[in-house]
Amino acid sequence: MIALSEFLILGAILFCLSVAGIFLNRKNVIILLMAIELMLLAVNMNFIAFSHYLGDTAGQVFVFFILTVAAAEAAIGLAILVVLFRSKRTINVDDLDTLKG
Amino acid sequence: MNLVAPNIIPAIPEITLLGLACLILVVDLFVEQHNRIVTYLLSQASLLIVFILTLSTFTGGETQFTFNNTFIRDAMSDVLKMGVYVAVFIVFLYAKDYLRQREMFKGEFYVLGLFGVLGMMILISAHNMLTVYLGLELLSLSMYAMVAMQRDSETASEAAMKYFVLGAIASGMLLYGMSMIYGVTGSLDLGEISHKAAAVANQPLMVFGMVFMIVGVAFKLGAVPFHMWVPDVYHGAPTSVTLYIASAPKIAAFAMLMRLLVDGLLVLQPHWQDILIILAIASMGIGNIVAIAQGNLKRMLAYSGISHVGFLMLGVLTGQQTGFAASMFYALSYALMSLGGFGMIVLLSRKGFEADNLADYKGLNDRSPWAAFMMLIFMFSMAGVPPFLGFWAKLSVLKEVVATGNLLWLAIVAVIFSIIGAYYYLRIIKLMYFDKPEDTQAISADIDLKVALSANSLLVLGMGLLPGGLMALCITAMTHH
Repeated sequence: MIALSEFLILGAILFCLSVAGIFLNRKNVIILLMAIELMLLAVNMNFIAFSHYLGDTAGQVFVFFILTVAAAEAAIGLAILVVLFRSKRTINVDDLDTLKG
Repeated sequence: MNLVAPNIIPAIPEITLLGLACLILVVDLFVEQHNRIVTYLLSQASLLIVFILTLSTFTGGETQFTFNNTFIRDAMSDVLKMGVYVAVFIVFLYAKDYLRQREMFKGEFYVLGLFGVLGMMILISAHNMLTVYLGLELLSLSMYAMVAMQRDSETASEAAMKYFVLGAIASGMLLYGMSMIYGVTGSLDLGEISHKAAAVANQPLMVFGMVFMIVGVAFKLGAVPFHMWVPDVYHGAPTSVTLYIASAPKIAAFAMLMRLLVDGLLVLQPHWQDILIILAIASMGIGNIVAIAQGNLKRMLAYSGISHVGFLMLGVLTGQQTGFAASMFYALSYALMSLGGFGMIVLLSRKGFEADNLADYKGLNDRSPWAAFMMLIFMFSMAGVPPFLGFWAKLSVLKEVVATGNLLWLAIVAVIFSIIGAYYYLRIIKLMYFDKPEDTQAISADIDLKVALSANSLLVLGMGLLPGGLMALCITAMTHH
């Protein structure tokens, strides 16, 4: 029997990997989108583990909603990426510096 | 297994708006470009219809739950929703000519805007972490697409990408926090969480989850240190979209803060109070100080917005009903002032000229005394000068902070930062009244924009003279909370 804490540690590792991927990546916007997906999957891992150990299905229902919204989000993200590439001819993260936050 | 049909009456405005938005999406396909005004009029009519629906069922007290307690309708949700309708109605009105001059007068702006309103309504009425998430995403996805609408603009697409990535991180953080809270309390329902939270309040996972949720909300509000997207998005997006992002979503984000922290985790108030104090001080400080260095009015108003978010949090962190009412007053009056500020940029801009540099405001009084006077009202109001609306908003949150007894120092810090902030508002007034104009072209705008902007400025002045009505409404909305 795998303990709940092991699932949570796996979820936390995935979450940290995705955050590191977002902040360390200086090359390609597509990698950012992949890291965002990984972040949502880490959350799904948590929800499913809790849902199983609590014996409550609400967490699994939440996961379905997250997966659906993640698909919509990826669609919008890729659409923005296409618009960005058309106007700037690059998807390099370092070149997104016209606006200085 | 028995299925009981849910009571849909409390959600009638949402269902109606969903139907109308889908209808407009289809009707827009059959409308020729020169008749696009039809889409505009239909969108405004839908907002009026939902406003009347919400107002006609406004009871001012009774709390109703439906859809297995995932949806709540109380006095706070009704008042905030009506604030959202009014704000978006004004946005559509101001944006019409701006969009038309830049060949962006398309149905998408209105359909996305209406779906965004639907997202805000769901967020305001959420009583389950799932509905919070779904409402938030419906709002955010609409806004990402709206920012990217000006497809030939490099800055707009860059702003959209930054907004999308940072917004997605914020959603991820929020969800991670929600999964922790779910794991500890075993429920997604905010009502049940607040019942069970007392027993598990000392568990580290609970506080851990709460911190992640606050990070997510702070991102959406644009509080320091999660504010990086605000100036870039406000600056990069077309002014018509900035108008939208800077007004109504702030009201919805306030509601989200209330639902998650007050409805769900009031037991943890001592913990989240400390976090909100840090966020509020950082937002007021960085927002007001960095705004001084800005030469672009949209960026300046973005940083001013960040500082206003800091003030807005002051009321919530007291953990008292009167404090929540003060913050609600702040959110509603900030939306009105922000609409006015960005509305002035729309008024002065024309095809090929954005009027978003501070130098464009030099000598405005010589060109149009009334425009200069309206700008003066908005700037004084944002700075918190009596007798304008912004003064009462600031005064009411500060009064609540002082009333807690042990946070007097926080009120003093807030006053110091707001005095620093007055400098950059007054600089604009100095440019308008004491400098010579560089741009001498006459201001040309449609009569409806002029009338609406005048009404907006007079409202800021009038409600400043008589703030009792809105304040009483906010207090009623919160006492039944």
